[in-house]
Amino acid sequence: MDMNWKKSSENKPIGVIGIGSFGTAISNLLAEKNNVLVYARDEAVVEAINKTHMVKNRKLASSIRATTDPELICDSCNVMFPMIPSSAFREVMKRFAPYLHPYHFLIHGTKGLSLNLPEGKDLGNIKKIQRKNICTMSEVIMDETVVERIGCLAGPNLAKELLENQPGATVIASRYNEVIREGQQLLRSDNFQVYGNSDIIGVELSGVLKNIIAIASGALSGLGLGDNAKGLLISRGMVELVYLGKAMGGSTKSFLGLAGVGDLVTTCNSTLSRNYTLGFRLAKGEKLTDIVADMEEVAEGVNTVKLIKLFLESTDLRAPITENLYKVLFEDLKVEAALQYLMKFPIYTDIDFFD
Amino acid sequence: MVIFEQLNDINLTDDYIKHQYEPILPKKDEWPVVKLSKSRKEFIQQVVESSVGNIKGLTGNQLQALKEGLEITLFKERMRIKQNSWAVDPDDEMEFWAEVKAALLALDSDQQIEDEKKKQQYFEVLTRITKRYAEEIASNFKHSHYKLTKRFVSFGFSRLLNTSRAKGFKSIFSNRYRLQDKIQIIGETDQIRELASKGTIVMVPTHFSNLDSILIGWTISTLGLPPFIYGAGLNLFNIQIFAYFMNALGAYKVDRRKKNQVYLETLKTYSREAIQFGCHSLFFPGGTRSRSGNIESKVKLGLLSTAIEAQRANYQKGETESGKVFIVPVAINYHFVLEAPSLIKEHLNSTGQERYYSESDEFSTSYKISKFLVKFFTKGSDISVSIGKAMDILGNYVDAEGNSRDAHGRSIDCKDYFMVDEKVNVDLQREEEYSKKLGKRIVEEFHKINRVFSSHLVAFTAFRLLKRENNKLDLFSLLRLPEEDLFLPYDTFKEACGLVLARIQQLREEGAVHMAPHMNAGLEEIIQHGLQNVGMYHAKRPLKKNEVGNIVTEDISLLYYYHNRLDGYELEKII
Repeated sequence: MDMNWKKSSENKPIGVIGIGSFGTAISNLLAEKNNVLVYARDEAVVEAINKTHMVKNRKLASSIRATTDPELICDSCNVMFPMIPSSAFREVMKRFAPYLHPYHFLIHGTKGLSLNLPEGKDLGNIKKIQRKNICTMSEVIMDETVVERIGCLAGPNLAKELLENQPGATVIASRYNEVIREGQQLLRSDNFQVYGNSDIIGVELSGVLKNIIAIASGALSGLGLGDNAKGLLISRGMVELVYLGKAMGGSTKSFLGLAGVGDLVTTCNSTLSRNYTLGFRLAKGEKLTDIVADMEEVAEGVNTVKLIKLFLESTDLRAPITENLYKVLFEDLKVEAALQYLMKFPIYTDIDFFD
Repeated sequence: MVIFEQLNDINLTDDYIKHQYEPILPKKDEWPVVKLSKSRKEFIQQVVESSVGNIKGLTGNQLQALKEGLEITLFKERMRIKQNSWAVDPDDEMEFWAEVKAALLALDSDQQIEDEKKKQQYFEVLTRITKRYAEEIASNFKHSHYKLTKRFVSFGFSRLLNTSRAKGFKSIFSNRYRLQDKIQIIGETDQIRELASKGTIVMVPTHFSNLDSILIGWTISTLGLPPFIYGAGLNLFNIQIFAYFMNALGAYKVDRRKKNQVYLETLKTYSREAIQFGCHSLFFPGGTRSRSGNIESKVKLGLLSTAIEAQRANYQKGETESGKVFIVPVAINYHFVLEAPSLIKEHLNSTGQERYYSESDEFSTSYKISKFLVKFFTKGSDISVSIGKAMDILGNYVDAEGNSRDAHGRSIDCKDYFMVDEKVNVDLQREEEYSKKLGKRIVEEFHKINRVFSSHLVAFTAFRLLKRENNKLDLFSLLRLPEEDLFLPYDTFKEACGLVLARIQQLREEGAVHMAPHMNAGLEEIIQHGLQNVGMYHAKRPLKKNEVGNIVTEDISLLYYYHNRLDGYELEKII
């Protein structure tokens, strides 16, 4: 591969960490205007990218290079996009931390949460899960590295459509305008619009929490229910998302944006969504473990439901959709029974979060 | 009482070692503050140029914006002079602003000259105003005054101290007790001395009392550090004795009445340029004294951001070695805050909006202050000054050499925080975020280095118990209850104190707070010590034991004030 990248400050490549379907889509978008260097842990994957420009039967732009060396990618790139599942995110950041510096920009695209318990504690022996024990990915980056200029990508970005170069848009959220500008400049194209938002926590939570509703939406379809039911779910899901999101530090405005409503509506209607598909199959009577084992990439929503349920126990918030979905996923409650319960839940006010 | 004096004396060495610190810069000519005062004229010129440049940037170098900015400044200044003038204000104020008004009017009505020239003339008016402000702000450090003040504080106070502690008149010449017995300086004293010669220190203490400035001044000189400059409220210069101290300590003047952009810009530039010059500086990041008695939970970012700007400017100039800025949090602990009654009153009256406030009575005249100081130093009420670990401008701890370290001990090059594409660049929005982050870190450190006193424990516990007993009342109704109706049986009180103490000890184990050595005694003794000391000189005692042995308060608002000191540790979950 071209080692001169490391030396010259001009035209440094853009890094992409992790090459799942979303990582692949972003790499191709980035490759339209820049050199791209991909990090993957698996030697075979890296070799396949460098030799055949393919990863898991998805086509990568031919200019894209790959490496297994965290130090090399950190030295070569000033801007990197971590695109890894939440379950591996912290570990990868730990591995990268020795080579990261405050001049790096990290813009992640992971719509999940990471549990962070004090040493010696686990879910078995901790009494309460507080907000500080549940981290968004930007918080993981802050915990594990010295990188300060952090951003996140969120919005209705179904990887398959992005790979087909269909029109779409995304939100880049960061406390730092320079990160938003950089992200916009790197990703914006004729077919791809990029919005900015300074409320990174709100935008991250939008992407995270909407997965819960997406599973529920899939389940409704799986039961063969129609569009009235879906409209009901999406709007009540939206209310739940806003409440939870506010309690966790996001601003209402962000939840109403592209990363909130936009992503929610998309995922709740798309068979391309992993979370939707998982819900659909559950309602058809499949077991969670079987579905998970069978899926190529993780449905983040499952872990999110688990963590949010734990968080709810330490607050006096109620989140009926999440609570019932938890029972469906982990306590063998039938989807039909959960639905019945929701229909009887005593809330009659439509919207009250603007007060 | 006797027992406790002994207790104090015996236990002092727990985490407090009385040192004799040699000055790190014995020759006064090497002191940055002396160098600064020698080149005062050039320095002010530089501040003026730099502020004018900044305002040029802020107005986008647009004629209209500049004109409006100047007109608003003029308007605000004339209002201030009319509505809120002070003894310390110069006599020619009216005159000066009348001239500015005339100049602005003439420029506005002049249709003949072209825009570029007009802008030039507006800049001249701006420069005049900025120069006036810079002259006003600039400190008047005089070494002879500094020496005298230092001697006065150390000598005078230790005489008073000895008279009272070692009994008898002759003891006025005794050297058994020194100021350092009374005011304990603990924490990272060696590090701050070390770093003062490696870079520029920005000290950020908690702020409870007007006494703090003098206390910190004394601490700095006791640690053998050269004088720090700091922004003192101009109102303090109204009082002669303070004016003298302040000038001696290298204070520059901050006028909180002037909220116009030109003034604020000049003030920030002064602070930034002084840090860049290498002058160790002192900010009270809370802005003013804590009204509620809480440790600062939010800090003002204005002056703090100048530390970050100065650091970036040093990197721009390419100074990596000597140009590092170190942030050192300091927590000051008292059993007794003289101004507490009026502070808490103000706090309770305020609706949360920022307003002008009238200075409290206690410090209004030199006489009252002297009386207080005598009282303070002749009776036993100890004070501690905890020096925190030094941090860089992002709140990372720095090691003995001044290198920033991340949570895993890896070295960080601070310059990288300002780098984009291998170059240091200016991004004010970025620096604003950095200021917020630093502010948060300072608040965290305040809570960690805070040192719990017996008086805090008893005040906290008593107030929580009273609140629990009246849990149907909101805070304000609770504070309006007649004090005669409020009492706590001693045993209930003692038991609750035990619970809170246990939690505080646990927090100390976790490194979340510190405890004064007298807190290692038995519970009974700690409580007695606390009751004796909490707000001890107030006419109405916030807490005491009555004849029948119940715990009572004579002023519940004051009790609330002293209770607030332990707010923010989630101790309310215990009782």
